[in-house]
Amino acid sequence: MNAATYDVVVVGAGIVGAACAMECARHNLRVAVADVSTIGGGATAAGMGHIVVMDDSDSQFALTRYSQQLWRELQSELPDDVEYVECGTIWVAADDEEFEAVHRKQAWYTERGVPAQVLSSGDLEKVEPNLRKGLSGGLLVPQDGVLYPPCAARFLLEKAQERGATVQLGPPVVEIGNGRIRRADGSEVCGGVIVNAAGAWSGELTPGIKVKKRKGHLVITDRYPGFVHHQLVELGYLKSAHSVTADSVAFNVQPRRTGQLLIGSSRQYGAEHTEVDHGILARMLERAQLYMPALAETSAIRVWTGFRAATPDKLPFIGPWTEDSTIFLATGHEGLGITTSLATARLLTEQLLGTTSAIAREPYLPSRAGSMEHAHA
Amino acid sequence: MRSSNSQFDVIVVGGGPAGIASAVSAAQSGKRVAIADDNPALGGQIWRGETVHSDPAARAWISKLRESAVLLFPGTRVFDQPVPGTLNAETLDGRVAFDYGKLILATGARERFLPFPGWTLQNVMGAGALQALVKAGLPIQGKRVVVAGTGPLLLAVASYLKKHGAIVVAVCEQASRASLAAFALGLFAHPGKIAQAWELRGELAGVDLLTSAWPLTAAGNQILESVVISSKRTPKRIACDYLACGFHLVPNTELASLVGCRLEGGFVQVDDLQNTSVPNVFCAGEPTGIGGVDLALLEGQIAGLAAGGHRAAAENLRKQRAKLRSFARSLEKTFQLRPELKRLTTPETIVCRCEDVTLSKLRPHGSWRAAKLQSRCGMGPCQGRICGPATQFLLGWAAESVRPPVLPVKLRNLTYESDQPKGELASVM
Amino acid sequence: MPEQIAVTVNGATVAVAPGTSVAAAMMIAGASCRSSVSGELRGPLCGMGVCFECRAEIDGVAHSRSCQIVCVSGMNIKTDA
Repeated sequence: MNAATYDVVVVGAGIVGAACAMECARHNLRVAVADVSTIGGGATAAGMGHIVVMDDSDSQFALTRYSQQLWRELQSELPDDVEYVECGTIWVAADDEEFEAVHRKQAWYTERGVPAQVLSSGDLEKVEPNLRKGLSGGLLVPQDGVLYPPCAARFLLEKAQERGATVQLGPPVVEIGNGRIRRADGSEVCGGVIVNAAGAWSGELTPGIKVKKRKGHLVITDRYPGFVHHQLVELGYLKSAHSVTADSVAFNVQPRRTGQLLIGSSRQYGAEHTEVDHGILARMLERAQLYMPALAETSAIRVWTGFRAATPDKLPFIGPWTEDSTIFLATGHEGLGITTSLATARLLTEQLLGTTSAIAREPYLPSRAGSMEHAHA
Repeated sequence: MRSSNSQFDVIVVGGGPAGIASAVSAAQSGKRVAIADDNPALGGQIWRGETVHSDPAARAWISKLRESAVLLFPGTRVFDQPVPGTLNAETLDGRVAFDYGKLILATGARERFLPFPGWTLQNVMGAGALQALVKAGLPIQGKRVVVAGTGPLLLAVASYLKKHGAIVVAVCEQASRASLAAFALGLFAHPGKIAQAWELRGELAGVDLLTSAWPLTAAGNQILESVVISSKRTPKRIACDYLACGFHLVPNTELASLVGCRLEGGFVQVDDLQNTSVPNVFCAGEPTGIGGVDLALLEGQIAGLAAGGHRAAAENLRKQRAKLRSFARSLEKTFQLRPELKRLTTPETIVCRCEDVTLSKLRPHGSWRAAKLQSRCGMGPCQGRICGPATQFLLGWAAESVRPPVLPVKLRNLTYESDQPKGELASVM
Repeated sequence: MPEQIAVTVNGATVAVAPGTSVAAAMMIAGASCRSSVSGELRGPLCGMGVCFECRAEIDGVAHSRSCQIVCVSGMNIKTDA
């Protein structure tokens, strides 16, 4: 056993692990964070960095809303390279049926204190002139934002380090349990609690977790300042994220502060390789061009892929693992890792310390896995 | 294979000397051959503009090309291989897909840039770059030019510029006099090259040829006004209009990597018939090792003959190839970068020009990937082609694996390979 | 002497020899190609289409690699610098 023992060893220096490390360190726990050579190298590097409130289910709403508020509180501390912008989300309605859903969504959010404004077809054209004409309208959620995740993860780790946490990059962690982690070179680190925040790889470290890889593609363009102002998402995105089996694409465009356009999104199960999948990329971009025809002529400079950590009920696992009392899970965040990282860290730390949480913890407990229900829309 | 694709027995990517020689040789047996090149005119970097008419070798090969049945696709940028045997390329007004039986990669090389204070000023550019711009219409008559960096390109560029009326104030070669002397001695194995070298020497009478010399800083108010050169004596400031500075060449291996070719020491690994590690894919010229025009022409012929099924004829050229490859090795040795050059780049010097990332922002990171994610170095449109070789030299970082598209393309051109109907709004699945 | 062709660079007419690249035309006109992320004025670096410093808007198409495009009479070239 390693002489230096920690209260908490976090496996995974992505946004979720970084947030957990920060929160634990903030409560004066001795923290070590373990990962391979690059912090935020998994989904944190690959994703869009969207901070978004979701109404998929009450539980998802509670977690995303709470966490979004935490990001807004943290805003003033974020360094420039985190590129936090409260640009808001516009959920785009393509037809009358979707526009009705916009109204329902607006009512739902308003009831819960989330500012949300219905945009008519004309309003939408004015605020986002590059969207295709003839869309029915949309819902503007102004408190949603975007940031650049790898730098955000670094910032959270720095905050953890300021409180004494150590970040240990090295050979891959191959085994965790019984109060220790073991790397591929045989070295070990001991901790009172091991937090599995390994995202798409968490199931490899803790066999039995119901986390599957869900591959996504993204494209980034050269700079087109003023081309798009809000994070744009089609309402059909929810259908895409919902599906537990099929490959799907959905229109999703984000403006970066530099003026570059980030274009997504795609979801695939069972695709284990990181290579670009031409078929699904083409579908994704055709859909994007349907909503924003002017995208066709933009210069696409890079394409990449990443793996989200998906669970059967679309909610993450935050809490003690049932098979090993020294393991806590903070994983399974699918496309909401950036958004819910801060709230995840709070819930996790509060469970470690036995204190109360601002929201109910039950929906995210790993122990629910035995009786997974599908979330309602 | 899709019926709408253009089908060829042999596709050559790159229309420089290696590409032209490959295509002509492959077409000899009646094979259906095409060349795709990203520039508006063929010739690559070295046979640009009027050189096509003035250089005897260029004239000869271009005329062979014109007499052959090779189909030419200039202004065509190959950016992806979506499935083995098919290449996607972007043209000025659209996209074209090629199906091939054999592929010959003749993608050439680009200059290596080392960052130093002031290198981002306007009118500081590569050595080959200034020559290319002059060939493309930039007036140079009466302009003061300093040529710097390393490699045989410097003298060739200096000579060309002088011929076109530039005042070539100095040529600053970082290699030492001793290295160059050893190289010159080595040229006795390659008599043709001695004649070339001697001719160059004559053309450059009156030009200050400095060895063990390199640029320290370039200065000017938003545009170049002068450069400070370090040499064995005290650094000296030279007023000039252009600084043509390149540190030899790095191979363009991106497309080769994309199709799966193995690299060795940064170059595409080939056997003596120019086969790469991927079946049906050949590589000729600079991507297999920087060796100049003669080697490129020879390798192009070997690859073209081999791809066209003339194995025996290809094998006959092996001995000549071995000889020229030894020249290439001596080139590499002579012009290797001396370690002092690592100090050229100060902490405040911009290393990644696409994203304006300075050396101080890069140093803290342990790898190219970590630096890229945290600083965005390498995430710009050049896809790391300019900053990659610099960080490799300065920090020892290896580049990452290559993903499509290997160069920026219009977004609509990434929608190849969709068998799905375009679909309508509001019907996701 | 071959007939010169006229293109506009940021509104100003420039006469160039046939075969001149847009990048060369911009330099002849005294125009910078682009403004970098930190506001530096940039011109061509590599001359061969890999560095992307020569990007300019040509006939309405943004981010065109001007060193690989030949001037055509009446071309409208705009830079963000």
